[in-house]
Amino acid sequence: MISFSEVAKRYPGGQEGLRGVSFAIEGGEFVFLTGRSGAGKSTLLKLVAAIERPTSGAVVVNGQNVGALKRSAVPYLRRNLGLVFQDQKLLYDRSVFDNVVLPLAFTGIAHRNAAKRARAALDKVGLLARERANPIQLSGGEQQRLAIARAVVNRPSIIIADEPTANLDAESAARILDVLLSFHEVGVTLLVSTHDTALIERAPRRVLELRDGRLVQP
Amino acid sequence: MMGWLRQHGQALRGALAKLAMQRLASLLNALVIGVALALPAGGYAVLENLRGIASRFSLEPQVSVFLAPEAKSADADALGRRLREDRRVASSRYVPKDEALKSLSRTEGFAEILAALEKNPLPDAFVVKLRDPDPAALESLAVELRALAAVTHVQADSSWARRIAALVEIARVGMLILAALLAVGLLAVTFNSIRLQILTQRDEIEVSRLLGATDGFIQRPFYYLGALQGLAGGLVALGAVGGGIGLLNQGVRRLAATYGSGFELALLDPGDALALLAFASLLGWLGANLSVSMYLREIEPK
Repeated sequence: MISFSEVAKRYPGGQEGLRGVSFAIEGGEFVFLTGRSGAGKSTLLKLVAAIERPTSGAVVVNGQNVGALKRSAVPYLRRNLGLVFQDQKLLYDRSVFDNVVLPLAFTGIAHRNAAKRARAALDKVGLLARERANPIQLSGGEQQRLAIARAVVNRPSIIIADEPTANLDAESAARILDVLLSFHEVGVTLLVSTHDTALIERAPRRVLELRDGRLVQP
Repeated sequence: MMGWLRQHGQALRGALAKLAMQRLASLLNALVIGVALALPAGGYAVLENLRGIASRFSLEPQVSVFLAPEAKSADADALGRRLREDRRVASSRYVPKDEALKSLSRTEGFAEILAALEKNPLPDAFVVKLRDPDPAALESLAVELRALAAVTHVQADSSWARRIAALVEIARVGMLILAALLAVGLLAVTFNSIRLQILTQRDEIEVSRLLGATDGFIQRPFYYLGALQGLAGGLVALGAVGGGIGLLNQGVRRLAATYGSGFELALLDPGDALALLAFASLLGWLGANLSVSMYLREIEPK
């Protein structure tokens, strides 16, 4: 489902984000990605989502070689990924519902079906009652659950979450983890980056640890 | 296909909603575009009217030869023969004085005046067209014809009509240059307003790219916005041209009435009006296209 083969990423200016990283994640796996700040976690996730391209090596996601992907093909790759960001990247000029329905607009799906799917996603994360609210009115944990609802509304086969519980209290973090686990239970592949060891202890799964851009525990 | 149409509908609705949300800015943009378009469009409308007037007159080099009142039909026959045999003459037409009177009486305001006359004051005449449009050839023939005993007057005067036509043509080219210059200005107006819109929506564009929006999906609303701005400007221009011609017509009607004419300036015909709206929309679309291709690619997810 996701495979890295001797992947290196060097940024302009010479800074190395990743060095010789190789691993594979099978369909339906739940994998934690850990490491200190600057270890390369975000770089790795960006490579999966084709936000960055590898300097060398091969990144294959859903059978597609990300490094060789044309610009015009990138959106279609991303539609099969559910992306959850540490800073949520919500749009505060529209309602909770409109944030969730946004990815469905790209696919040209009929409005009625889109609304049905958006509400189902909001229900799944426990935010259906807040669909008319503005995201700014939500707590940090709720905003992160909203970001998860938006990430899953397109029914992706893979969810990529970058520090989804950062800056959240333990209770909110636990709830986020429960939501993510519920998607894992229905067969979705998850790659979740975190430096929260309590989170990993709560749901022991396979862990990939990055240190200075190298994978130390493949 | 349905999905594609749905996305276009969505983009159009989005663009209309943005125009409605930013009413004042949209109105000002439409006014700027409309006023700039109204200048060449109004000039074009006036010139089309002038061209219509000029085209009523013959622009071919011709000479009118008037016979003396005492001239006999034999004199007319002799002159007709002379003209037919002259190699410089392309054609000649004899206009008897009765026919000339009838023709003149059909002109508005003349019927009553002519009816009051006891006898026909008009002479028999020939209308002569020349092969060579050179004014010198025209003048040379006129001099020869004036020397004939049966001829009282020779008029070689199509040059003024040609001068009007030439002036109209110069003005038309001037209008085209003005239109081209203003079109560049309009492109800049749309370019800038779409650039500001792109910057305002920077977060939305970045998030949309992250979530799988194609370039086409992101660009489409801006194209519609540009085209709609142009269209709104075109409508303002049409209104301004219509209003301007309406005001001008008050004076034109009074002036024409003094010549016994019911002439008035015509509005742009439906084809020209549609062309103006299409041109304005196209300019808006082009401005949006320039802006989108320059700024949208800069907004990439980080």
